[in-house]
Amino acid sequence: MRDRIVIGLLLCLALLAVIAFMTVNLRGNIAFALELRGIRLAALVTVAVAIALSTVTFQTITGNRILTPSIMGLDALYQFGQVALVFALGGLGYVSLSPQLKFGMEASALMLLAMVILWPALKSRMDLTLMLLAGVVIGGLFRSLTNLLARLIDPQEFAVAQRAMYANFSAPNTDLLAIAALVTILAGGFLFSRRHLLDIAALGRDTAIGLGVDWNRLVLLQLITVSLLVAVSTALVGPVTFFGLLIAALAERLTSSRRHASVFVVAMLLGVIVLVGGQTLLQHGLGQAGTLSVVVDFLGGLVFILLLFARRTR
Amino acid sequence: MSAIADTHHRRVMIGAGLCLALLVVMSLAIGVQELSLSGTEGTMPFADLMAISRLPRTLAAVLCGAGLAVAGQIMQTLTRNRFVEPSTAGTAQSAALGILIVTLFLPAAGLGLKALVASGCALAGTALFLATAHRLPPEQPHLVPLFGLVYGGVVGAAVTYVAWQTDLLQYLDIWTNGEFSGVLKGRYELLFVAVVIVAAAMLIADRLTIMALGEDQATSLGIDYRRMTQIGLVLVSVMSALSVVVVGLIPFVGLVVPNLVSRISGDNLRGTLPLVALGGAILVLASDIAGRVMRFPYEIPVGTVMGVIGPAVFLWFILRERRDA
Repeated sequence: MRDRIVIGLLLCLALLAVIAFMTVNLRGNIAFALELRGIRLAALVTVAVAIALSTVTFQTITGNRILTPSIMGLDALYQFGQVALVFALGGLGYVSLSPQLKFGMEASALMLLAMVILWPALKSRMDLTLMLLAGVVIGGLFRSLTNLLARLIDPQEFAVAQRAMYANFSAPNTDLLAIAALVTILAGGFLFSRRHLLDIAALGRDTAIGLGVDWNRLVLLQLITVSLLVAVSTALVGPVTFFGLLIAALAERLTSSRRHASVFVVAMLLGVIVLVGGQTLLQHGLGQAGTLSVVVDFLGGLVFILLLFARRTR
Repeated sequence: MSAIADTHHRRVMIGAGLCLALLVVMSLAIGVQELSLSGTEGTMPFADLMAISRLPRTLAAVLCGAGLAVAGQIMQTLTRNRFVEPSTAGTAQSAALGILIVTLFLPAAGLGLKALVASGCALAGTALFLATAHRLPPEQPHLVPLFGLVYGGVVGAAVTYVAWQTDLLQYLDIWTNGEFSGVLKGRYELLFVAVVIVAAAMLIADRLTIMALGEDQATSLGIDYRRMTQIGLVLVSVMSALSVVVVGLIPFVGLVVPNLVSRISGDNLRGTLPLVALGGAILVLASDIAGRVMRFPYEIPVGTVMGVIGPAVFLWFILRERRDA
């Protein structure tokens, strides 16, 4: 019951954010402006949904509330793949490839690497704080490798790579919107259809196995889905380290149980509110279109620190 | 120290010294302009080239490396955690905040004033980190560097936000990514303060070694723990701030070098601090040379090179430690 009220309230807020995003300061050629804003809105909503679903799922299969795919460096890995592709093909070769093909290649590479790096770590049931630290360090390593590769590229080609390197909510990469939205809907549908299985997984590895869950298969499938969703959000807006953590932590506090049916929905709505509402507020209220990613990283970092200390006292 | 350990230690020191000498010669020899004693037409005479560009650059790398490695060693003693250093404790990011503040309010300020304010901010930021980190449980050693990395990230995000609002993002890149290509005669001499910092650290080396035992033990052995912590904090903050002001942030030097030295020569700082300083100089100078030759005649900043080497070595340390345990 409580969850329904929360979802209803959040739905109203999300709708308000969407309406504000579409209508505030609308002038000039209204049809054109609405179309432009509509496309951007679709991109932001896709990102919010992709990050919300991937973070909640990732936290369930890793059995903790602090770790997220981007803190483990998955989006840094995706970016590294992008720049590596520019490096391998040259700027011209990269630009002449169709964006969908590039997305396909990069997403598959990410899934493969995520398997190679994360699967052994999850299987060996590494100590959580060690895994967190290793994840943060790996993320930093890939960011630096991306930088290094970008420096090794010709200066003209660097501009091509640079576009891929910063999170940008005010000008999402809309070439890929159709395929990104499709992937998100399919992956989201898959995760929702398995929500009861995830509820069992949330009880912990041993309990889940005792209840007859094929744990390895479950973790493997969810990891693949999670890396696909990370690829979607990184391709659209670039890396956002702490956004997932921010909405997952809030969603956990707003729901009465950890039933995935409600946690998924609440996290998605929160994502839309923060991204769409935040972008509207910064762009029209404060006149600072580009800074949402910085603000989100600042707040998310604080949440991360609070969670670290809260875990200790529990 | 036993006689055998003593010989071993002396051999390592001599080896490191030779290695550094070799790197210095290499660093002096590498550059876009070919060396010729007479100086061909249109090029700078040999002596000028050395005095104005190559020697300052080499010295800056040596000073920065030595100072940062020693600063890292001090940080690790103060936190009693092997995985902490100025760039993973918010020190360097706080220093960048200080420079940003000076640039905003006193755009005409010289390097000296910038370094002073940056040191102040670094001190405040690091003190906050230390005070908070002491509340983390000591039995989970990975929590402290984790907290430090994210704390640095949060301070960094605040700096980026302010810089973005005030159109200073371009400058920010200069402070946050260490680079020696801009080092010329007259623009790096502030770094000689590193000599003072390394010397001061060696003077208090014995007390630092005892402090590594923890507050209670150290106090019962007659150490004024709070006072020593304050001194250590000042040394670390001034060194990080200086390097950020003059060449920009060079991450992980203070983490990689003390850990390697401790593996080779143990934890008696009176004996190992000179080796830590030497090792830091070697690492930073070698990274700078690597950055210069990797894509000659273009350059890759030393901060970027260390950004790759540092986390890779760090990862190796934490994973290896787990296997050993």
